[in-house]
Amino acid sequence: MSGEPLLRVENLTRYYGARLGCADVSFELWPGEVLAIVGESGSGKTTLLNTLSAALEPSAGKTLYRMRSGEWRNIYELSEAERRFLTRTDWGFVHQNPADGLRMTVSAGANVGERLMAVGDRNYGRIRATALDWLDRVEIAADRIDDQPRAFSGGMRQRLQIARNLVTGPRLVFMDEPTGGLDVSVQARLLDLLRQLVGELGLAAIVVTHDLAVARLLSHRMMVMKGGYVIEAGLTDRVLDDPREPYTQLLVSSILQV
Amino acid sequence: MNAVASYNFAYLDEQTKRMIRRAILKAVAIPGYQVPFSSREMPMPYGWGTGGVQVTASIIGRNDVLKVIDQGADDTTNAVSIRAFFAKVAQVQTTTRTTEASIIQTRHRIPERKLEAGQILVYQVPIPEPLRFLEPRETETRKMHALEEYGLMHVKLYEDIARHGRIATTYAYPVKVEGRYVMDPSPTPKFDNPKMHRSEALQLFGAGREHRIYAVPPHTEVVSLDFEDHPFTIQHFEAPCALCGAEGVYLDEVILDDKGGHMYVCSDTDHCEERREAGHVGRQEAAE
Amino acid sequence: MPALSVRDLDKTFTMHLRGGVRLPVVSNVTFEVAAGECVVLGGPSGAGKSSILKMVYGNYGVDSGEVLVRQGEALVDLASADPRTVLTLRRDTIGYVSQFLRTVPRVSTIDVVAEPLVVRGAGKAEAHERAGALLARLNLPERLWNLPPSTFSGGEQQRVNIARGFITHHPILLLDEPTASLDAANRAVVVSMIAQKKADGVAMLGIFHDEEVRAAVADRIVDVTAFAPRAAA
Repeated sequence: MSGEPLLRVENLTRYYGARLGCADVSFELWPGEVLAIVGESGSGKTTLLNTLSAALEPSAGKTLYRMRSGEWRNIYELSEAERRFLTRTDWGFVHQNPADGLRMTVSAGANVGERLMAVGDRNYGRIRATALDWLDRVEIAADRIDDQPRAFSGGMRQRLQIARNLVTGPRLVFMDEPTGGLDVSVQARLLDLLRQLVGELGLAAIVVTHDLAVARLLSHRMMVMKGGYVIEAGLTDRVLDDPREPYTQLLVSSILQV
Repeated sequence: MNAVASYNFAYLDEQTKRMIRRAILKAVAIPGYQVPFSSREMPMPYGWGTGGVQVTASIIGRNDVLKVIDQGADDTTNAVSIRAFFAKVAQVQTTTRTTEASIIQTRHRIPERKLEAGQILVYQVPIPEPLRFLEPRETETRKMHALEEYGLMHVKLYEDIARHGRIATTYAYPVKVEGRYVMDPSPTPKFDNPKMHRSEALQLFGAGREHRIYAVPPHTEVVSLDFEDHPFTIQHFEAPCALCGAEGVYLDEVILDDKGGHMYVCSDTDHCEERREAGHVGRQEAAE
Repeated sequence: MPALSVRDLDKTFTMHLRGGVRLPVVSNVTFEVAAGECVVLGGPSGAGKSSILKMVYGNYGVDSGEVLVRQGEALVDLASADPRTVLTLRRDTIGYVSQFLRTVPRVSTIDVVAEPLVVRGAGKAEAHERAGALLARLNLPERLWNLPPSTFSGGEQQRVNIARGFITHHPILLLDEPTASLDAANRAVVVSMIAQKKADGVAMLGIFHDEEVRAAVADRIVDVTAFAPRAAA
C-alpha cells in the first residue's frame, strides 16, 4: 500500500428529482485496496457505484482521481473524450449481467482484444496471444477463443467480462454484484479468481454486493449503506464481527449459517 | 400541345444547390468526415444514385463534360439514364472517355486511368457509415468518429482473420483519411483503394437516402486499415484482359455460354476500348 | 520498550436487536508483553479473554483505551488507527492464529499456508517449501496438501491454521486456543514451535485451555477477571 491514495470522494450526493439516491458519501481508496459497498435493495449502493464511475452525474460533491500522470482530476470535470479514454484503459467495470459488459456477437478473442486495438495495438499475432493468455488466466479453454459469448454459460461470460476489463492493466475496477445470478459453485470459482487477480495485479476495487460473504472474502474495507447514507464503515472483519449500528447488526445476524 | 415542366439548370433549385455546396465545402475542409445534408426528392428512387446525382447537379456548369459509369461501364442502364438526365436538364456535353471528362459520376468503381488535376470524381454511396454493421446506434458512431475511437473497426478486421485466416473484406474496405477519420470508400473493390491515395482529382461522395456528403480533397493521404502482420493487399488477377491484354486492372467475369465458358475482361470499358484502339490485343481477340 | 502495551481498554456490546441491551465485557484492561515472552490470558469461560485478543488484533472495536504496538522505534495505537494502518500492522507486525480456520473454497492447503509469505513478496516456490516444512512438522500428511481444507477434521484444520500463523516473522503473535482440537503429540509440536518463536524474540499473547500446555509455554499469566466490568450502579 503506497504513499498517495488513488481516489478521493468528497460529499458525493445524487438525487433523482426529489428522491434521494445517495448522500454525502466521503472516503479515500488506496492502490491495491478493495472496498465493499454493502446494503440491501434500495440502499443506494448501485447509485453510488454508478456515480463514482461517472456513469451518472452527481447532484453535489467530487470524485478526485489520481491519473497515471500523477495529476489529480475531478472526474466530473473531464471532457467526454478523456473520460471515455479513462474507462477504457485505467478503469474497469464489471457488470452484474455480463451481456452488458461484452459484445455478444463478436468472438471471445475480439472481446478481450478490443481495448488493445482501441489504444492502437496493430499486431494481430500479439493481440491474439494476449487474448489467449487472458482466457487462460480466467480459466476459459483456449479453443473457445473464436466462439461468441452467446455460446457461453453465465459463469464463462462473467469470466470473459473480467478478462476484457483487465487486459489494459487498469488500476481501479468497479464491480456491480459480480457473482449475482450465478450458481453457487460457479460463484465460488469466480470469487476465488477475483481474489487472486486482485491480489496478483494489485488492483484497487470497489465492489457493490448484498452478499456479506463476498464482502468478507474480497474486501479489506466495507461501507454499509441504508436509505442512501453510509451508516457504518471500517475494516471488513471489524464491521462483520463487531457491528455497531443497529442496521449492521441486523444484516449480519440475517445470514443463514450452512 | 404538351405543357412540359421547366426545370432549373441541372434540375435542383439554386437554394438547394447552395445548401449542398455548403455541405461540400465543409466536407472538403474536413476530409473523410460525413456532413449531413438535406437530401431532396429526385426523379429516381433511393438506391439508384440520388446522392451522387445531387452532388453532380450542385457542381456542374455549362462548360463541364460529364462521364457516368456503373461498375466501370458506360453502357449499363443506370449509367445511360443518368447521363441522359443531365444532358436534358443541364444541356452539358457528355462523354465516355475518362480523359475528356471534367466530372465523372461513378457507381462502385474508380477508372483505371490516373485522374488529373481539375477532374472531379463523384461517388454514389449506399451506406456512408463504415461502423454501421458493428455499431447500429447512430448516437454511438457519431461519438466514435468525434473521439477518434476506432478500435471497433479493427475488431471487425480481427474477426475476419480469426475466421478466414485473412482480412476477407474485398469491397467497401475501410480507409483512414489524413490520419484522422475512418471512411467507407463506397462499395468499390479494395483493388481501387490505392487510387484514392494522393489523387490529383477531387473526390466527392454522396449518399442520398442516408443524407450524407463527404470528401477527399486532392493530394490527401488515404490509407487502408490493416494489421502490421496482415498488411493490406489488393486483388491479384491471374490472366490479363481477354480483349485488350491489360494487366494490373480490375477484371469482370463474363459468362460466354451455358457450358461454363467464361472470360475475364476489363471492368473499365473506356480503358479497354482505348487500349484496343491503340492496337493492344488480348488472347480472346487473338483467338478469333 | 515492550512489544505490545495494552492500556485501559473498555468494551461493551450493545445488542440493538434485543432492545438495546448493553453487555459490558471488560474494563480497564492493562498489561504489557515483552519481546521473547509468552503472556497467557487466564480466567474462566466468558470472562472476555477472546474479546481482548480480538481487540488487540483490531477485529473488535474498543470503546476507549489504547493498544500500543511497537513499530521500529515508535509506538502505534492500533485501537484508533485507520483501517490501512491496521492492515499494515497485521501484515508486518502482528500475526493471529484464530480458533477456527475460515476456509476459502478451492484454495489448496499448501496455498493457504503459503499465502502470508506470498503476500509479502516471497516467491511461490520458496513459500511452498516453508509451508510444506511446517505442515510436515505438524504431522499433516502430504497427500492432504493439495486439497482445500474445507473437508478436513477439526484437528487437521487447526493445524493448517497454526502453520499459516507461524510461517511468517511477525514480532507479535496472538494465539487463540491453538491446541484445542489437537492430540498430545501435536500439542507437543506446538509447544516446541512456541518455544522456538520465543527464542526468536517474538512477543506472544495467548489463550490456552489445556493446563499442561499453559504451564509449558507461559512466562506470565494475566488473570482477566481483574478486568471484569464495574458492577452496574
